[in-house]
Amino acid sequence: MTTIPAEYGLVLASVLFMLGLISLLIRRNIVFMLISVEIMLNAAGLAFIVAGAKWSQPDGQVMFLFILTMAAAEVSVGLALILQIYHQLKTLNSDEASKMKG
Amino acid sequence: MILSGFILSFMIGGILAWMAALKNLVLARWISLITVCFNLFIVIILWVQHLQGDESQSAWILDFSLPWIPRFGIGFHLALDGLSLLMLLLTFFLGALSVLISWKEIQHQVGLYHFCLLWVLAGITGVFLAMDLFLFFFFWEVMLIPMFFLIIIWGHENSRYAAFKFFIFTQASGLLMLVAILGLYFVHANQTGTFTFDYFQLLGADIPSGAAMWLMLGFLAAFIVKLPVIPFHTWLPDAHSQAPTAGSLILAGLLLKTGAYGLLRFIVPLFRDQAVAIAPWAMAIGVFGIIYGAILAFSQTDLKRLVAYTSVSHMGFIMLGVFSFNMIATQGVVMQMITHGISTGALFILAGIIYERIHTRDITRMGGFWKSMPFLGTCGLIFAMASLGLPGLGNFVAEFLVLVGAWQATHKLTIIATIGLVAATIYSLRILQKVFYGNQSATHGLADLSFREKLVMIVLVVSLIWLGLFPQPVLNTSRPSVNVILETTASSDENGTRNPKIITIKQKRYTHE
Amino acid sequence: MNDLLWLIPALPFLGSIILILAGTRLSKKSVPLIGVGSVGVSALITLLIGYDFISSDTPPVIKQVLWNWIDVAGFSPSIALHLDSLSLVFIFVITFIGFLIHVYSSEFMVDDDGYARFFAYLNLFVGSMLILVLADNLLLLYFGWEGVGLCSYLLIGFWYQEEKNGYAARKAFIMTRVGDTAMAIGLFMIFKTFGTLNITDIQLQAPVMWEIGATEGTIIAFLLLGGAVGKSAQLPLQTWLPDAMAGPSPVSALIHAATMVTAGVYLITRMHVVFELAPTAQFVVGVIGSVTLLIAGFSALTQYDLKRVLAYSTISQLGYMFLALGVGAWSAAIFHFMIHAFFKALLFLAAGAVIMALHHEHDMFKMGGLRKKLPVIYWTFLIGAASLAALPLITAGFFSKDQILWLAWAGEKGNVWFFLVALSGAFITAVYTFRMVFLTFFGEEKSHVTHIPGSFINIPLIILAILSTLAGFIELPHSFGHFQLFTNFLNPLLPATTLQSEIESTEWMIQVSAAALSIGGTLLAYYLYVKRPSLHAQFKSAVPQLHNFLLHGWRFDSLYDWVFVKPFVYLAAINKNDFVDWPYNALVNVASFIHRMFAFTQSGILRWYLIGVVLGAILILTLGLML
Repeated sequence: MTTIPAEYGLVLASVLFMLGLISLLIRRNIVFMLISVEIMLNAAGLAFIVAGAKWSQPDGQVMFLFILTMAAAEVSVGLALILQIYHQLKTLNSDEASKMKG
Repeated sequence: MILSGFILSFMIGGILAWMAALKNLVLARWISLITVCFNLFIVIILWVQHLQGDESQSAWILDFSLPWIPRFGIGFHLALDGLSLLMLLLTFFLGALSVLISWKEIQHQVGLYHFCLLWVLAGITGVFLAMDLFLFFFFWEVMLIPMFFLIIIWGHENSRYAAFKFFIFTQASGLLMLVAILGLYFVHANQTGTFTFDYFQLLGADIPSGAAMWLMLGFLAAFIVKLPVIPFHTWLPDAHSQAPTAGSLILAGLLLKTGAYGLLRFIVPLFRDQAVAIAPWAMAIGVFGIIYGAILAFSQTDLKRLVAYTSVSHMGFIMLGVFSFNMIATQGVVMQMITHGISTGALFILAGIIYERIHTRDITRMGGFWKSMPFLGTCGLIFAMASLGLPGLGNFVAEFLVLVGAWQATHKLTIIATIGLVAATIYSLRILQKVFYGNQSATHGLADLSFREKLVMIVLVVSLIWLGLFPQPVLNTSRPSVNVILETTASSDENGTRNPKIITIKQKRYTHE
Repeated sequence: MNDLLWLIPALPFLGSIILILAGTRLSKKSVPLIGVGSVGVSALITLLIGYDFISSDTPPVIKQVLWNWIDVAGFSPSIALHLDSLSLVFIFVITFIGFLIHVYSSEFMVDDDGYARFFAYLNLFVGSMLILVLADNLLLLYFGWEGVGLCSYLLIGFWYQEEKNGYAARKAFIMTRVGDTAMAIGLFMIFKTFGTLNITDIQLQAPVMWEIGATEGTIIAFLLLGGAVGKSAQLPLQTWLPDAMAGPSPVSALIHAATMVTAGVYLITRMHVVFELAPTAQFVVGVIGSVTLLIAGFSALTQYDLKRVLAYSTISQLGYMFLALGVGAWSAAIFHFMIHAFFKALLFLAAGAVIMALHHEHDMFKMGGLRKKLPVIYWTFLIGAASLAALPLITAGFFSKDQILWLAWAGEKGNVWFFLVALSGAFITAVYTFRMVFLTFFGEEKSHVTHIPGSFINIPLIILAILSTLAGFIELPHSFGHFQLFTNFLNPLLPATTLQSEIESTEWMIQVSAAALSIGGTLLAYYLYVKRPSLHAQFKSAVPQLHNFLLHGWRFDSLYDWVFVKPFVYLAAINKNDFVDWPYNALVNVASFIHRMFAFTQSGILRWYLIGVVLGAILILTLGLML
């Protein structure tokens, strides 16, 4: 079994991260923005796995588990907030939800 | 014990009044009135005892000391001398009047109002008694915050602006004083090894003169903003005109006096050389304030603003007197503190009474009040005359003493200050003309004063006349304290501002044949 | 008896307090009872004390310390009274003329709403004036001095609903206060020099401390003169007095003719020791007096308002008194003060009665022919006018003015200019006085008499008329019997005037010329206003500018308006919002500008923040890579 070079994994992770970031920036729907955040989190997780595999350390996989847990918690809070926003403002457009303007 | 009792009774009275107001508004008013009157009664007894007492006793009448935070040398140290005693009399006297005068005026949040009022009085009492600099600063803040709420909650149309302005000015200058207090504390500790905030121990501190100048300026900042001295006076017209009547009364009558008191109690004894060094500037600025305040007072159309600027003018005499460093001028300053408190407070009460009837402070819409309210007119006449310094009323004694004393120190400035008396005549007569003279049909048919208002007015008039004709008890009370304050300056004063002739030429006393 | 001295000022004060407190609740009958009664009793006590005073061989000096007023580090003026011959003359005039004027007012003011208020003020005035002349130290004198100023203010503005009365009242108060300020500075200097304000002590110490012409003494004398000039309406502070006629006529009679305006004369006489040590200042007193008497005399020639003529005449007569003080004729000044008090009070009261009879008509050109309608007033007014014009031999005014003329010529400090001014003043006085008489009482009747004065008005007039005639005989000149009761009475206190040595027997020439001029003035007035009434109208239309210039009192008002009032009002108006507040407001504005800048970045749009985060991350990464 040939090992995949660590660079490939890291490039994949960066591509995933950039995709997530770009969609976060261009999307207005809050649900899609949340999904984009998830993608970026997973990209970070992938980078940890790759790094862990490269140096044969378990820490990378431990960090991935942390990220997974955190993402789950974040999604639950985020979705609840999104529901509330939809209830209050009748929209999921993030540009219109600008009541926190200074 | 009595001394802490004064402060505690105000604090407890305030809380009680707040709680009572939940059930019964009248009860809340009575609680605060009784609290103030009780304290007034006690302090009058103290005064009468003191006057009958032996003259040779020490300047300090009562002393009360408890350790508070001994680790940092902070003590709960209160002490009473003649000067403090007079200030307490004034505080409780005006305090009682301010409760009486807000009896009808304040109709919402009555409990909170009396809570704030009594806590302001507690803070002021503390300031006049505290002999520990940390405690002094503590009370300095205690009187500030309830006052802020008094202005912002019960004030007039522009009260937010005025309250914040007042707060920022006093707070910023107060912080400078805090820095100076801490500086003094560490300098003293460096030299003696004891960390203490106690006034009497700090009095002996031998501060290097470079540091002393900066420390003095820190104290001075707080006091001249409070006094106020030009160019730090601009919070005053706003705060005075926007505050409710009792607020203006306390601001003009008491809060300004804490500045004057600070000058006498701290600046002069603690930093005598530095005070002598800046004296010409301080006097010049005071004299400028006399004239400047008078001109501005003349141009105002808002009655309370007008009276506020007269305060700026009158406080100039305090600067002039304090920095003349002689007995006559300093005694005049003490008199001025008391009589200005009463006469200006009276003018604010007058403005408040008029506001309750016609709901405006604009003097162009007043006129002819003498016809419908002759009683108020007579009182207004007397207050205006007090303000222009008519002999026979207390202010004359004060201003004349200040000027006679100042003449020993500086001729030119005294001449300009005396010209201020003409300016005072101009604005005082303008008040009378615009408010009471003339003929304006809109003001006809207004009710003259009620019994409560008449009582307040009569008390004020009688006290002004009494101070004008028999000022000696007041002067006797403050003499030992003023002596102590000046003893420290007399030795260091090389310019000879104390005229030896005054002491050597004894006046002959005549008895009738 | 002398222990009762304190009652003399105390009673009017008491009356005033009762009237202020009880005021409107008293009936129309009890008000004058208190108001007139208090002054009446004071006058009675004055009489008793005065009798004691005169009948004792060595004139005593009565001192009475009431209480210690202030006592601070050697500054210890008491509330103490001091009675000597000078103050006795003054309290006599104040209480007696005061009493007569109070009696007159009880009828004159009876229909006024402020009846009680009027008597309260009037009593307060009498009390303060008595304090002024009885004061044992200068601070108490200043107390009375300011007290009478206040009463003058209150009484000029007595009819407060009229805007112009309030203006006149304020003008009077403020202008006299200018003088008072100079005087206050004088008091500071005196205290610093002598360590006391006690008048007797100052008089004893001054000659020891200063030689003649010492700078300090001269400055003090000038400062005191400032106070005197303000109160006595002399140049340059004279303009308030004509406007002060806005007050009721009894007020003009009491305050602005007989008593208060002579306070300046009293002050200078009281401090004569200081003035004798300051010849420059004393000479200036004389110059001020002589210039004022001419200026005011010319203005009096052109007035329409009956009371304004009398006001200018008062200024002019006060000028005579100042002239007398300037040449060191102390007792002559006081004598003229007393005689002037009699006849000027009489003239004002009679003028008041005329004005009331014609229903508040002040313009003399609308009067006329009142000789028949108001006979008592006519005769008393005529006697007063004769005394003012100093018609020879029969009037008191002749004797008092003659003394001043003689000493202005012959006194050691007198000179020919003073004398000529005084002499021409006598001529002008006669002209304007009889112009007033002829316009008011002669010619045809132009206004209808609505009110005939009763006995409370007539009796004081008659008494004053008798005094204006007979009082002159207590002091007769050298060439005419040489009978100097008044001067001798004052002599221990006020030194006699030393005469120039070479002048001996010219006194009769001066008397004859003065008499000729006053008779000539009277005849001229008769010619101009009765014989050929068209002549003065022609004169008026020939030089209207001159006429207006004199009518408005030499335009001093406009001058002060431009030099003092307008700049002050302008300065006050442009600075109403207090330019000291600008820097603070600028600070506030800067802070809130920065606040708005930052608040702008907080748009509330999520994606803006994201871009911010991303850009920030890129920035940090770039920086990290570069370094």
